[in-house]
Amino acid sequence: MNAIKAKELVVQKGKANILHGLEMTIRAGTITGLIGPSGSGKTTLMRAIVGVQKYSGELLVLGKPAGAVSLRPRLGYVTQSPAVYDDLTVKQNIHYFARVVGVAKHDADAVLAQVRLDAQQGQLVRSLSGGQRARVSLAIALLGDPDILILDEPTVGLDPILRNELWSQFSELARQGKALLVSSHVMDEAERCEELVLIRDGNLLWNDSRQKLMEVTKASSVSDAFVSMIKREV
Amino acid sequence: MYHLRATFATAGRILQQLLHDKRTVALMFLAPTILMGLLAWVFSNNTHMFNSIAPALLGVFPFVIMFLTTSITTLRERTGGTLERLMTMRISKLDIIVGYALAFGLFGIVQSIITSSVAIYWLGMDVSGPQWFVIIVAITDTLLGVALGLLASAFARTEFQAVQFMPAFIFPQLIVCGLFVPLAQLPDALNAAAYWLPLTYAVDALNGVVTNSVITADMWRDIWVVCCFIVVALALASLTLRRRS
Repeated sequence: MNAIKAKELVVQKGKANILHGLEMTIRAGTITGLIGPSGSGKTTLMRAIVGVQKYSGELLVLGKPAGAVSLRPRLGYVTQSPAVYDDLTVKQNIHYFARVVGVAKHDADAVLAQVRLDAQQGQLVRSLSGGQRARVSLAIALLGDPDILILDEPTVGLDPILRNELWSQFSELARQGKALLVSSHVMDEAERCEELVLIRDGNLLWNDSRQKLMEVTKASSVSDAFVSMIKREV
Repeated sequence: MYHLRATFATAGRILQQLLHDKRTVALMFLAPTILMGLLAWVFSNNTHMFNSIAPALLGVFPFVIMFLTTSITTLRERTGGTLERLMTMRISKLDIIVGYALAFGLFGIVQSIITSSVAIYWLGMDVSGPQWFVIIVAITDTLLGVALGLLASAFARTEFQAVQFMPAFIFPQLIVCGLFVPLAQLPDALNAAAYWLPLTYAVDALNGVVTNSVITADMWRDIWVVCCFIVVALALASLTLRRRS
């Protein structure tokens, strides 16, 4: 089943064209890596999907145009820099967003346990490490058990052990049937995704499985495959 | 029902944020009281002068302080990404704006009660009319500061700019509101302009309660005018929140 489908998706910011007619599908129950250098339009695409970016063309999320009110409870969004309140404790943050989303307190606490932050719940977010802060942001996105998770560079700057832990959590969420779109500018993160969307300068280079990409390009890594796809374009 | 809960959740969250910042809370509550004390001390040989300035200041202090606090806190929410996160959720823009107004309004009410009580009962400010009316006006001024602060935050990109809105939008109101020179003595153009500015009505109401032993129709009109400014500013502020950019 297609969770997200874009057709001739165009985003303009001022006079600059950020996305030029993107075609893309993302399936439920998989982790799709959105890979591209910084400035390629990854965040813009994600913002369009969660409904805070104006676009033209077609962008269907769970069969409805992106930005539809009914989609809001079904999407979880983690921004690049953790959008949490620094001057509140972990628990106060999660409880506030739980009330906004309409989730009971004990369910919110369960989410905290899921991202392994229950030991830090009384701590001010300001005093947390970068990785812990990123997990608070992830926990908020998980509130209300959304069908689609849009994660913008969620593992940047995290230590390798924590990164592994997060990726196994992402796999678990995908197994539950959720669609995950995880962006990264680090190519080796792509090795962990079954499906890939490669973009560069707002143009799509690839939207299919990673395995197929490696077969088609005969490359040994996603990074090499990316280069060979760019060469094919020009 | 949902929107009511989201509004109260937002107000509660803002209060929690303020309570974690003890220094700001102490400054918000103590600074106006200390300034009032200083004013009484400066005019200790001229109580008539103190009596003519102090009431107006009871309205001005909470107005200015709440304007600053609100505009900077809201700006942080806009630039910190949390507002965008909220915009991907079910909460409406009005829930957020009213939540802010409630939280800061409550703070302002406590602040107004402290400052007015100190001025009246300790510093001996003379009030001919009912004392509760002084507090009512001070509370309306607080809400006016909150509403204008919310609106102003939309036009600032940085906290520096937000602070600069004080001399740009607040000080002109202070100068022509009748605090320094009675409205009747202002040049015609300024007199006309003063009646388009909300602080003029707030100061007029406070001066009224000091000189009149009863609440006149004019004083109620002043309150209503300020309330209208508050509603319009809040409505405009919620229009400046964009769900999509």
